Amino acid sequence: MVEDSLSSNAEFLSGWEMVVGLEVHCELKTRTKLFCGCMNAFGQEPNTSICPVCLGLPGSLPVINEHAVELAIRIGLALNCRVDESIFHRKNYFYPDMPKDYQISQYEKAINENGYLELPLSKKRVRIERAHIEEDTGKTTHVGGDGGRIHGAVHSLVDYNRAGIPLVEIVSAPDLRSAEEAREYVSELRSILVASGASDGKMEEGSLRVDANVSVRRSGSREFGTRCEIKNLNSLRSLGRAIAYEAERQVELIESGQVVVQQTRHWNEDQGVTTAMRSKEEAYDYRYFPEPDLVPLCPSKEWVSEIGSRIGLLPADRRKRLTSLFEGVESGSTFDQIVTVVGLGLDELVVGAVEGGADPRLALARAANEVAANMVNQANLSVEAFGELIKMESAGQLSATQAKTVLGKMLESGYRPQEVAASLGFEALDTAVLEALIDQVISTSPKEWERFSSGEDQLTGFFVGQVMKLSKGRADGKVVTAALHSRRA
Amino acid sequence: MTASTIGMSAFEIATLVRSKQVSAAEVTHEHLALVKARDGDLNSFLQISEEAALASAKAVDEMIAKGEDPGALAGVPIALKDNLVTRGISTTCASQILKAWKPPYDATVILKARAAGAVALGKTNLDEFAMGSSTENSSFGPTRNPYDLGRVPGGSSGGSAAAVAAKFAPIALGSDTGGSIRQPAALCGIVGVKPTYGLVSRYGLIAFASSLDQIGPFARNVKDAALLLQVIAGHDRMDSTSLGGPVPDLLSDIENGVEGLRIGVIEELIDGVSPMVGTALDSAANSLSAQGAQVEHLSVPAVKYGLSAYYLIAPAEASSNLARYDGVRYGLRVEGQDMNETYVASRTKGFGPEVKRRIMLGTFALSSGYYDAYYGRAQRVRTMIIDSFRKAYESFDVLLSPTSPTTAFELGAKAADPLSMYLSDVCTIPTNLAGHPAISVPYGEGENEMPIGVQILAPALGEANMFKVARALERGAPLIAKKLFWE
Amino acid sequence: MPESISRKEVKHVASLAKLALSDEEELMYTDQLAAILDHARDIMALDTAKFAPTAHPLELNNVFRSDVEKASLDRDEVLSQAPASQDGRFVVPRILGEAP
Repeated sequence: MVEDSLSSNAEFLSGWEMVVGLEVHCELKTRTKLFCGCMNAFGQEPNTSICPVCLGLPGSLPVINEHAVELAIRIGLALNCRVDESIFHRKNYFYPDMPKDYQISQYEKAINENGYLELPLSKKRVRIERAHIEEDTGKTTHVGGDGGRIHGAVHSLVDYNRAGIPLVEIVSAPDLRSAEEAREYVSELRSILVASGASDGKMEEGSLRVDANVSVRRSGSREFGTRCEIKNLNSLRSLGRAIAYEAERQVELIESGQVVVQQTRHWNEDQGVTTAMRSKEEAYDYRYFPEPDLVPLCPSKEWVSEIGSRIGLLPADRRKRLTSLFEGVESGSTFDQIVTVVGLGLDELVVGAVEGGADPRLALARAANEVAANMVNQANLSVEAFGELIKMESAGQLSATQAKTVLGKMLESGYRPQEVAASLGFEALDTAVLEALIDQVISTSPKEWERFSSGEDQLTGFFVGQVMKLSKGRADGKVVTAALHSRRA
Repeated sequence: MTASTIGMSAFEIATLVRSKQVSAAEVTHEHLALVKARDGDLNSFLQISEEAALASAKAVDEMIAKGEDPGALAGVPIALKDNLVTRGISTTCASQILKAWKPPYDATVILKARAAGAVALGKTNLDEFAMGSSTENSSFGPTRNPYDLGRVPGGSSGGSAAAVAAKFAPIALGSDTGGSIRQPAALCGIVGVKPTYGLVSRYGLIAFASSLDQIGPFARNVKDAALLLQVIAGHDRMDSTSLGGPVPDLLSDIENGVEGLRIGVIEELIDGVSPMVGTALDSAANSLSAQGAQVEHLSVPAVKYGLSAYYLIAPAEASSNLARYDGVRYGLRVEGQDMNETYVASRTKGFGPEVKRRIMLGTFALSSGYYDAYYGRAQRVRTMIIDSFRKAYESFDVLLSPTSPTTAFELGAKAADPLSMYLSDVCTIPTNLAGHPAISVPYGEGENEMPIGVQILAPALGEANMFKVARALERGAPLIAKKLFWE
Repeated sequence: MPESISRKEVKHVASLAKLALSDEEELMYTDQLAAILDHARDIMALDTAKFAPTAHPLELNNVFRSDVEKASLDRDEVLSQAPASQDGRFVVPRILGEAP
């Protein structure tokens, strides 16, 4: 999945190193908002999930949602953080999507500090500086001007349904060194958030939002360069492209004798560029001070360990569990498949199928490829049906091609593999029929058969193809190959 | 109807209403008529909610007709400071920025008072956003003192204090951030209470300084004040800073006297008070001593730093609390070319000079480079004051001081000099910083025959002792001979 | 010990607080704020190091609500109080920049 821009970027950056730190905002999967009983839901009619508290009406007061704190602690534990006493601060600035014109956030003492995340492929540990709780803002829609953008808009419309939804902001140390690493980090973080039950991890719905701090320095240098913060990274693809672009931009600036100005930049997905939003020289004075309407959070050791016991298996353990199904993960591609399967939360499917007697390698491959490609319908697939399909394929009742087709139909319909196979006419060919087809091919291509019989193996494909054609795809290539070779002997 | 209920206590009215000797409707009509006839001179009400009042009274009478008990405040008229949120009834904070705002919800105290049978007559005047000590900062004109229309009623809850003193209602609710209940109570010759922080829910109180604000009662006697506080106190799940646990019983022991109680007179708060206020305090101390209390002078050194700490902390919190008045969701909008211009135009037009002054002071105290020197330091001084009180309460049950250094001053006397106005809060502020309760009890007349208030301070949740001492003080207090403006 | 406050700082603070001041107001507020801050110099001289800051008079912690839905407000009632609304949303003038 590595894009062209990234590989060319690596060359461009030779002699340079990029330094990336990420701030990931994650919406917590609670029923209600952080400080009030309004529903935490995506896609509601505008301004229907609002109350005096999340609208910041005069006189209203916040009360912390206990479950939001629990989910935040789960995140902290899953990221190996120290979970400790914390307080809330007010971050003061004016903006129409913020009902109180201050955001309640954690500033000095965050609930989770000093953790790490281990990247699955490189095993590199990325330090997590903090993962703190804060409230989300409302949403503005820009009307008039250029396609809903803020610039040139005539006016804007504000919907406060999202205002007050609980967020955890996860801040990494500047430990990432490439766009690929950044993507791997976010992808693993997303898996952790989903596995711990803290978030649904849907980047496309904005429940996971990433800001990237990017700087560059000469290879071997220990000092950090001036960094820019990139906002609006709504997918892994944007993240990778934006970081690569930004690093190139900075290198170009420096190599042409200019300097990088510390600023916040906006990623423009259509044009594939970052543009300046404002420079840090006009940095806002947020006037943080302790939120007087809330009291400190002091999670007891007992509560924290109880929460810890409720976290399900995390991705690293899930990968271990999958790996243990094989006698040894000799090839990198198997491990890649394991990472993919765990990343998508398909590992239960594979483990369940294997426990039901399915072949591990085949189950893993089908999950990592066919199921992974059709995640929208993944809920239609039961562990049992998946296991049966894998067993049918291993037993030769379905060819590989047939198995893939059947799996596709199963994902769409939720039917059992036998039903789908029958409806497609994918009955396994019995040996007699197959032998008859082989006879037919030999009789129509005697010269080729003679050459094949005398050892020209390159003709295997030709004969398998002919048999498949006659069987209208019902024959299993491997079985045909074996049959051809035993005939020749 | 037999006799007029005007001038009766809340206890008396509730008793008459519950025993069907008078209807809540009659009581309401009578008080509304007085307000309508006389408030033109006083300007204590910003809005009279006649319809809602009559509807509440009717509901009380219907309950009584059905043999149900409407509660401890059955049919008792109550005035509400206009920074308490009332559903469908405009709530202005005496500010142009909220001039037309009709809230979609009720403050917790409003619900509690209503549930106890109280009948809200309307919303009373205040210094804009409760910032002031004279009610001259109202953008709807000042309230006047009912004993002398040329003088201020104190503030910021001047409307509620004046309305109760003028007998427009036997009880009222106010809010006290640095003395905004006790100082106007003293200046108007009535009782005013600032409860322990967290005893009364702040949900629906429009915030001035969140860590200092408390809602509390006004009444013309100590028992009524205790009764109203008993009704509005108690845990509220809508306020994270609301105390749990049972509400202390404020009434059972109120008549039990002060025999054996240790009462300390705070020396630091006597310095600089007017001669007659000083004399009144001595007399109050003697009266309590004569009733069997052990009264001694003591030093609570840190209280003298209260004013400085307060005028950094309160504006800092206010600068943030008042950010939401931005012309987007409710209240005044003055349209500019863009969002930022609209913010500036709306806020510049919507806020009065004192509010702007405190927003700027608070913004400065929190701003980068000054936080530690001002806000941070003020918070440490706050700890110092709490510590100083803690030591005092090791040796004393309650403390005594004047409520205000002077009696009511003339309108306009301090308007040009904010600092001199701030100094009128010097005796009341330390209590707010500590989160403790305090009460102001009228104690005769002072300069210009205007009322004097004596303040009783108690440790957190020490309300029961505080009321006991207040009741004893009230028993021995000289009366106010001066007539109300309409009498 | 910091100087109390300059006119330039008053201007800056007013802009942070989204307030416009006339020249006369700037001068007036500079004088008044300086007087108030000068009064606060009494606490600048104190040794407060041994006192931790008090943000709050209560010694409460862990006050929570449970994750249970409550009724939301009626949108029409809320929007009836808005200076401007359209299609169920609040209308604001054009915004010149992204959130800081």
